Amino acid sequence: MEFAELIKTPRVDNVVLHRPFYPAVEGTLCLTGHHLILSSRRQDDAEELWLLHSNIDSTEKRFVGSLGTIIIKCKDLRIIQLDIPGMEECLNIASSIEALSTLDSVTLMYPFFYRPMFEVVEDGWRSFLPEQEFELLSSVTDEWRLSCINKEFSVCPSYPPVVIVPKSIDDEALRKVAMFRHGSRFPVLSYYHKKNGMVMMRSSQPLTGTNGRRCKEDEKLINATLRAGKRGYIIDTRSLNVAQQARAKGGGFEQEAHYPQWRRIHKSIERFNILQESLIKLVEACNDQSHNMDRWLSKLEASNWLTHIKEILTAACLAAQCIDREGASVLVHGTEGTDSTLQVTSLAQIILDPRCRTIRGFESLVVREWLQAGHPFQQRCAQSAYSNSKQKWEAPVFLLFLDCVWQILRQFPCSFEFSEHFLIMLFEHTYASQFGTFLGNNENERSKLKLQQKTMSLWSWVNRPQELSKYKNPLFEANSLVIWPSVAPQSLQLWEGVFLRWNRSSKFLDEAYEEMVTLIEYNKQLKAKVNALRRKLAELETDDRMQENL
Amino acid sequence: MEHITTPKVENVKLLDRYTNRKAANGTLYLTATHLIYVDASAEVRKETWILHHHIATVEKLPLTTAGCPLLIHCKNFHVAHFVIGQERDCHEVYTSLLKLSQPVKPEDLYAFSYNPKMSKDNREIGWKLIDLKVDYQRMGIPNDYWEITDANKDYEVCNTYPPEIVVPRAANKATVIGSSRFRSRGRIPVLSYLYKENNAAICRCSQPLSGFSARCLEDEQMLQAIREANPGSPFMYVVDTRPKLNAIANRAAGKGYENEDNYDNIRFKFIGIENIHVMRNSLQKLLEVCETKSPSMSDFLTGLENSGWLRHIKAVMDAGVFLAKAVKDEKASVLVHCSDGWDRTAQVCSLASLLLDPFYRTFKGFMVLIEKEWIAMGHKFSHRCGHLDGDPKEVSPVFTQFIECVWQLMQQFPCTFEFNERFLLEIHDHVYSCQFGNFLGTCHKEREDLKIFEKTHSLWPFLLQKKQEFRNPLYRGFTAYKELQPNTLPFSFQFWCGMYNRFDKGMHPKQCVLDHLLSCMSQKMKLEDNASELENKLPFLDGPLPTEACSFPKMGSASKTPMLNTPQDYEGEPPPVLTNGTAVWDVEVMSDVDQKNKENLSKHQDLHDLKDTFGVLDSEAKDGKPQHP
Repeated sequence: MEFAELIKTPRVDNVVLHRPFYPAVEGTLCLTGHHLILSSRRQDDAEELWLLHSNIDSTEKRFVGSLGTIIIKCKDLRIIQLDIPGMEECLNIASSIEALSTLDSVTLMYPFFYRPMFEVVEDGWRSFLPEQEFELLSSVTDEWRLSCINKEFSVCPSYPPVVIVPKSIDDEALRKVAMFRHGSRFPVLSYYHKKNGMVMMRSSQPLTGTNGRRCKEDEKLINATLRAGKRGYIIDTRSLNVAQQARAKGGGFEQEAHYPQWRRIHKSIERFNILQESLIKLVEACNDQSHNMDRWLSKLEASNWLTHIKEILTAACLAAQCIDREGASVLVHGTEGTDSTLQVTSLAQIILDPRCRTIRGFESLVVREWLQAGHPFQQRCAQSAYSNSKQKWEAPVFLLFLDCVWQILRQFPCSFEFSEHFLIMLFEHTYASQFGTFLGNNENERSKLKLQQKTMSLWSWVNRPQELSKYKNPLFEANSLVIWPSVAPQSLQLWEGVFLRWNRSSKFLDEAYEEMVTLIEYNKQLKAKVNALRRKLAELETDDRMQENL
Repeated sequence: MEHITTPKVENVKLLDRYTNRKAANGTLYLTATHLIYVDASAEVRKETWILHHHIATVEKLPLTTAGCPLLIHCKNFHVAHFVIGQERDCHEVYTSLLKLSQPVKPEDLYAFSYNPKMSKDNREIGWKLIDLKVDYQRMGIPNDYWEITDANKDYEVCNTYPPEIVVPRAANKATVIGSSRFRSRGRIPVLSYLYKENNAAICRCSQPLSGFSARCLEDEQMLQAIREANPGSPFMYVVDTRPKLNAIANRAAGKGYENEDNYDNIRFKFIGIENIHVMRNSLQKLLEVCETKSPSMSDFLTGLENSGWLRHIKAVMDAGVFLAKAVKDEKASVLVHCSDGWDRTAQVCSLASLLLDPFYRTFKGFMVLIEKEWIAMGHKFSHRCGHLDGDPKEVSPVFTQFIECVWQLMQQFPCTFEFNERFLLEIHDHVYSCQFGNFLGTCHKEREDLKIFEKTHSLWPFLLQKKQEFRNPLYRGFTAYKELQPNTLPFSFQFWCGMYNRFDKGMHPKQCVLDHLLSCMSQKMKLEDNASELENKLPFLDGPLPTEACSFPKMGSASKTPMLNTPQDYEGEPPPVLTNGTAVWDVEVMSDVDQKNKENLSKHQDLHDLKDTFGVLDSEAKDGKPQHP
């Protein structure tokens, strides 16, 4: 297919662009295969808009006489408006945008066409390999092994080729366990707590069904992570009710009788369309320009977004608490183990492990616990808050995770190497990107798409020093402690940086940020200067003494 | 002291408000001014001080097996839940506190006994720190249009106004007197703020005694004089800050609002801010929400909405923004009133000044603003704050709302205020503490009668002494920002956890950016001194200094802000129950080690009950060291 076929009118003059916080701009609108471009003809400041078609969530058109207006709602929640003279041009542009923003083949997406204009210092596709992670683990414990059982994705289609499992469990046993777990997602290591040797594993639900099937190998596998006489906790991210109902469909949960050393805790976290609707309602509330306070608070409440945040954080804190305070190992799962499970395991690591609060460590966490763990990004992030099409796989699961990280960052502003901007950047790239990182639903699909060969990794770009500096938190002071966030409603806030980003000017907040950076940087320079002076003085004094001695 | 029958009670428990953590055990003392609780169970001596004047309510709850509970709610939103072993002790403490917290005679207020060991001269200088005349001079008054008159020197015009007031030159004595007869309690239109750039003025008064048809020539002349004092505008606004219905109801009582037909070129407008009773009830509801044990997100947001609190804050802010825009953008003068002109009018006028003039966003300016619009103009602090045993229906959080509006502005404009949130909280504390004379009584005349200028101290010099901890490290200076135009869409208003849940430290961010930046500031000064000292020692140095970062030690530990951090109640309420009905932390199957861990887990260790409110023991509060579990 040629993009040209979809572009009925490649270029229109005298188009007026309206967008938040900028005066309207008149210019020429161009459509390319992947971008909508508006450039003003004014030479003084080449005002330009480059919008990825894949960032477009929905469009609306309106006509007043022959003047057409297209309202474009983006996945990053921005809303822009184009006034296009000429009804035919407007219709053509609208239908082209519609077609180009809903391409159904992944290989037509921009990452397959994007040619980087920067020098790749480090190939992001190779920055976070499971082998490296295992090496780190081996330096502290020898109870685990790297299994290549899933090399050809033959055992579990949504797992990466290599996984970390207890040393005492061989591949044969793993194969049997895989048969006993939903989507073959057998328990694997998610996190090892160096401080006390406790671990967190994740999996999908066991296929116990109505007649209480059991699997000796499954029991053996998870028991292998327990110390003698110790118990562990299974955190089921579904309510007990939902978990019980799952038995009718062949799923289920670990029965006490077969897992006597484990205590199960149900922590209900919502999924799928409930989350998607929550996002849609929240964004609708934020875009409401009415001056009615009661209406705002009631809409905010009805969206339930902050309720989800509180639930997810609470479950993650509980997992972390079991590991760090209770000194117990933990297994986390819901149904598939690809959504709420990953929210809990990744947030628990942010709480427990200082490494995950560095930029590099956080990237590694996203790679391990989301990309390699098989969170179906492509399904979940196909549409955002403005989409009219009701598809059942969309859900802002990863955005909720980022929001939770932001909540912790807000409560521990000095404990993270990265700032809020880093999280917002990741949010944007999960929905529309020039990089291949978040394409596909799991490693299997990514390998079939040959993303490593054909596209650029987001990490290749982000991890260059000049780019990284944009995301550094000026307040960061490495903190080796476990950080326990508060989950009281008074402690949780709406993430303005994402949800109000296009609804209110951030000028004064940006200035405050600059001021803070200036103050901290100035102090650093002063310190360097004082030290340099001290050294110089010391040198001079030594010289003097030597001269005296002569 | 005659109220204290039991100065010391032992074996008193202090319960934590939110979780079921093990209660502290200690001794409770009653002094002439404070209730002091000393926690004996903590490793470090922990003290909780509660000023008697801060106590809003004391309740004796039904007897439990643990003893007799005594619940204390403070005006600064501190809540203390004690359990006293002996019912008799509890009752004695209870009756003492009832009397101590609400004295009957003004002479019993703390300010009259507070003795900071300051010389008489210094005390007097303290009272002269804020001179309103200087502020009028700053606005260019007196000028061709406005004069400072002593028409009220014997309180002839209005006994709740100060002796000196600013009125238009064109308004002669007869106009002033005539107008005062037509205004509720004689509170005639006087100048609150003059915007020098365009001569538009903000004036304030009380409602006119217009009833259904009455009019008053002098009052009409007064308004005309105000309008004509701003030749740049053909009209002026008259803003009634009450809801229209309330204003109409007042007409039946011979009061009401201005009839546009009787006054030349006025534009009359209602801004619906609710009355003191609505505000009092709203705060009560808000506090109930804040006190709810383990609320869900939905409970909290619904409660917040139902309290109406943020709606009222927004209404006050909207009114302030309207005034500032009228003055700046429309270049029109504005006359503001409500009923008596000492509650809503004070909120709105002071907020508008703050939006228009960067001076009021400095330490000095903010003190001037409070002295001018609140203290001098007769906001009835004594009644609104319930300083003395009196009518509970007179109590209302009017000033608290103003302080919150300032905080909301700080959230939107973090670089525009010289002071930080703590300054606001400190002022708020002292409005209730009665430790200083400024907020005693209801008006200037009453303060004179009470001899507060002779017998008590002024708050402001004490605050200035603590300037270092109250400053805003992000402040960009006086000239960086002029007028502020806040966003008043509902999402721009946040719940102020730092005020209404101020003593629940567990809810606040565990690392404080303000502390961090303040320590940067003091470090900066030290480093600058160091650098210049070293430079002086190196007289023969030539060539540029190496400035590259070198192997200096990491930021000194002094710069590290202590992190208060332990897990909270993540299991939720009630504790999760397994399918077989046993609680999660099932003791039977636990080993001894588990048992110990369990205890740690369930009591969540010391979340550092930083319950002490009062600055006296501030050092204790900073005691929370980073917790390495």
